Amino acid sequence: MSVLAVENLTVSFRTDAGWMNAVEDVSFEIGAQETLGIVGESGSGKSVTALSILGLHAAATTRIPKGAIRYGGQDLLRVPERAMRRIRGGEIAMIFQDPMSSLNPVLTVADQISETLMLHQGLTRAAARQKAIGLLDLVRIADAAHRVDAYPHQLSGGMRQRVMIAIAIACRPKLLIADEPTTALDVTVQAQILDLLRDLQGELGMSVVLISHDLGVIAEFARRVLVMYAGRVVESAPARTLFRAPMHPYTSGLLAAIPPLDHDVRRLPTIPGSIPDPSRRIAGCRFSPRCAEVEPGCRTAAPDLMTVGEGHLARCLPRLRGRAA
Amino acid sequence: MAEADGETLAPRRRLQIVRRLARHRSFRIGFTIVVILTLAAVLAPLLSGIDPTAGRARLRFRPPQEAYWFGTDNFGRDVFTRCLYGARLSLTIGLGVALLSGVIGAAAGIVSAQFRRIDAVMMRLMDGLMAFPAIILAIGLAAAMGPNVGSLIVALSVAYIPRTARIVRASALVVRELEFVDAARVSGAGNWRIIWRHLLPNCMGPLLVQLTFVFAYAILAEAALSFLGIGPPPPAPSWGNIIAEGRDQAIDSWWIMFFPGLAISLATLGMNLLGDGLRDVLDPRLKVET
Amino acid sequence: MSGAIVSAQGLVKEFAAGNQVLRAVDGVTFDIAAGETLGLVGESGSGKSTTGRLLVGLVPVTSGAVRLFGETVTGPGGAARLARVRHRMQFVFQDPQGSLNPRMRVRDAIAEPLDIKGGVSRAERGERVAELLDRVGLPQASADRYPHEFSGGQRQRIGIARALALRPEFIVCDEPVSALDVSMQAQIVNLLLDLQERFGLGYLFIAHDLAVVRSMSRNIAVMYAGTIVEMASREALYAAPQHPYTQALLDVVPRPDPDRIRRPALAGEVPSMMNRPAGCPFAARCPRVQSLCRSETPLLRGIAPQHQAACHFV
Ligand SMILES: Nc1ncnc2c1ncn2[C@@H]1O[C@H](COP(=O)(O)OP(=O)(O)OP(=O)(O)O)[C@@H](O)[C@H]1O
Ligand SMILES: Nc1ncnc2c1ncn2[C@@H]1O[C@H](COP(=O)(O)OP(=O)(O)OP(=O)(O)O)[C@@H](O)[C@H]1O
Ligand SMILES: [Mg+2]
Ligand SMILES: [Mg+2]
Repeated sequence: MSVLAVENLTVSFRTDAGWMNAVEDVSFEIGAQETLGIVGESGSGKSVTALSILGLHAAATTRIPKGAIRYGGQDLLRVPERAMRRIRGGEIAMIFQDPMSSLNPVLTVADQISETLMLHQGLTRAAARQKAIGLLDLVRIADAAHRVDAYPHQLSGGMRQRVMIAIAIACRPKLLIADEPTTALDVTVQAQILDLLRDLQGELGMSVVLISHDLGVIAEFARRVLVMYAGRVVESAPARTLFRAPMHPYTSGLLAAIPPLDHDVRRLPTIPGSIPDPSRRIAGCRFSPRCAEVEPGCRTAAPDLMTVGEGHLARCLPRLRGRAA
Repeated sequence: MAEADGETLAPRRRLQIVRRLARHRSFRIGFTIVVILTLAAVLAPLLSGIDPTAGRARLRFRPPQEAYWFGTDNFGRDVFTRCLYGARLSLTIGLGVALLSGVIGAAAGIVSAQFRRIDAVMMRLMDGLMAFPAIILAIGLAAAMGPNVGSLIVALSVAYIPRTARIVRASALVVRELEFVDAARVSGAGNWRIIWRHLLPNCMGPLLVQLTFVFAYAILAEAALSFLGIGPPPPAPSWGNIIAEGRDQAIDSWWIMFFPGLAISLATLGMNLLGDGLRDVLDPRLKVET
Repeated sequence: MSGAIVSAQGLVKEFAAGNQVLRAVDGVTFDIAAGETLGLVGESGSGKSTTGRLLVGLVPVTSGAVRLFGETVTGPGGAARLARVRHRMQFVFQDPQGSLNPRMRVRDAIAEPLDIKGGVSRAERGERVAELLDRVGLPQASADRYPHEFSGGQRQRIGIARALALRPEFIVCDEPVSALDVSMQAQIVNLLLDLQERFGLGYLFIAHDLAVVRSMSRNIAVMYAGTIVEMASREALYAAPQHPYTQALLDVVPRPDPDRIRRPALAGEVPSMMNRPAGCPFAARCPRVQSLCRSETPLLRGIAPQHQAACHFV
């Protein structure tokens, strides 16, 4: 049974050039205790998708012309703001990329964690503080009883991100959305945070959506992976299938461009060009201007997501010809 | 690799700044207001045949009417005509103070930010200036140079220099830490090149906004000072001294203060819109509203 | 080593931090030969950027010496000698956003080193800009645009074009690809390699990821808390990393392989660079720590040809 199902989500923003779709027709499901990875280049619409789940877009400049987000028998896109506020931070929690700017610099760690607990669980200040210390312990911050009174600037980047995680899991959410939780961190600290998230997921039994542009991080963490390009899902597959037998040329290109650690290469294979400006609509397949396997047909009709195997979908005409089930 | 080809739509950009200004809505409005006010000042003798300083006892305290659009004052002088001529003094003072305090303030702020050794001295100097009442300074200058427009502009400029300097210094301190400044240094750029090419252009936004405020404050301050008898002597009208003279009749003859007050608001609004437009257009990152 | 165009000797840099002293770089020594790349890896705050900045004179050394193209540019009279060799080296910055002046057209940004050096006619300047744009794979139309109109990878190309303007022989690349997506990262790495091949450029290539450094560098130095803990040829370092920190770094790079099982991450974080306790800087996180490590600081020593490490137990 799925905890959350996003169906044909389309999100558009008001820009100088009119309304522009930042995300188009995105669908996916997350089962109980599952980890879903969303990967894609900067600007591919990963964060927009995540923010839509929590209804965090500015109403004045955002339109969601199409789609539904099914959660616990309701459509989150149509839930009133009051009810949404209860879900947000309670049942569905989110961790953001930048641990400095998402913590309030003038409040201590205890204050920031307690705030969530008092709001969602109606705890008293003293009880919330006790629980905050327990949470810091849970996210493996040494000497939690003292650290709880620190201000964000007194903590290192890795510790701040742990505090963010502590806030996110304070109410034992059913679903945790982690939007590039380790991008601002060092490689060794990144490994610590990923280990922590994995352990917590086991301990609390939550589902996790991990967003990253780093295929290595995704491979390490996710069981299923969604690859986004220019606002669309181009491929979706179980992690093992995706990394062993990618179907979409974009996915293959990304995988090839990762510098190898265990052997020398003279030149890295690249995907020429860069992600298209979202204000410039491309007819047909959005990846076609950069694709080595492009055919005339790619430029005229946008390909649909087609099933290629067990839980494996991809959006590519030439590669799927004759293969689609 | 031709990845950037056609990704952005910009062919040649020669008269680009002018074109962007022309497209900027608030710049257009502000520009129109300022041009109209300036024309009114320059063409005052053509727009009104009345002598702005000649009093006519018969015509005292006339409310606005067909012959005297803005009414008349306690000497029977036409307020409309006085407002036209007053624009000459007021606009000169506003612009003069904005320019003088802008140039000196920006220079002081940028030099403080770039040459850290003189920063402390410079900022104490600015604090000293800020603490020194502009009125006393104006009285002193008026005594030394005679009560004329020049001494008033200098006195008011001195009063506004410290604030402008602080604003420019604050933004220059941020800019000088950015990597493009280091890039210039690696190539051997000297302090002056860094100031001209890197710091100043990137401090323009806050500076322009500050100067539009200075413009408005200067016009108002001139009013206060003329009231005290400092600055240009009363017969020559300025918006400030028309208001000052109309103070005693504010209740019964509201028009004497109202119309020059309106002119000051209009000029301030115009300058503000103009300043916003300049700020936006000089910043290549901002898309210009149309 | 003779033939070195760049050489750092016992570089130390201290910054004042409140009323304490922060030792960002603590005795760093290396040579870079013409046309070669030294990769410098380490965690945030380990002193990589500061080392790069010391080399080009962006920050003054506290002690130690920098020799560039045979001139000692530190110490008395160093500034004048630095001015003499300045045009032979350049710097590429990490942040594609902050390293270009938003108010300057690409043309002027690229030509800035030429303008500063002077003696270039308008026509020459234009030609040179065109040539540089071509070299880094940007269309000619870019010259009249502003930096914000470009993506991160394109901006990084502009920064590289600027660095090439005076035909330098040595470039410090301070994490030029860390802020980029993989596909852009590969493009920039390839570009830097091409330029090196064509012009015989020497690089100090700074990164925090050992995988990126592998494709770029002949020799690699691993930095930890201001010191080099291991330095070796690429072959030696990846085949047989000796220092426990290097081993941990290699282990921790996320790989695109869902079946790989990584060892649990190192506990702890990079130590504070103020009031550092005696002994090995890595002792607090080292899985193989012994009591000797807490009392005596290991020195970088040769353990094989082309391979040095600073650990008591290798
Ligand atoms: N509030 C907004 N208004 C207008 N456009 C927006 C807004 N938020 C996002 N966009 C645009 O939508 C597109 C997708 O953005 P999104 O933030 O989802 O990318 P992302 O995949 O999360 O990238 P990154 O890896 O850089 O975080 C981008 O082109 C972005 O410019
Ligand atoms: N100008 C400065 N003043 C004071 N401290 C500084 C200055 N520059 C660097 N530092 C400090 O020196 C230490 C080393 O910094 P450096 O920037 O060299 O690290 P780095 O290895 O490049 O890290 P990163 O990967 O984050 O770029 C840090 O603790 C930093 O805070
Ligand atoms: Mg994002
Ligand atoms: Mg650095």
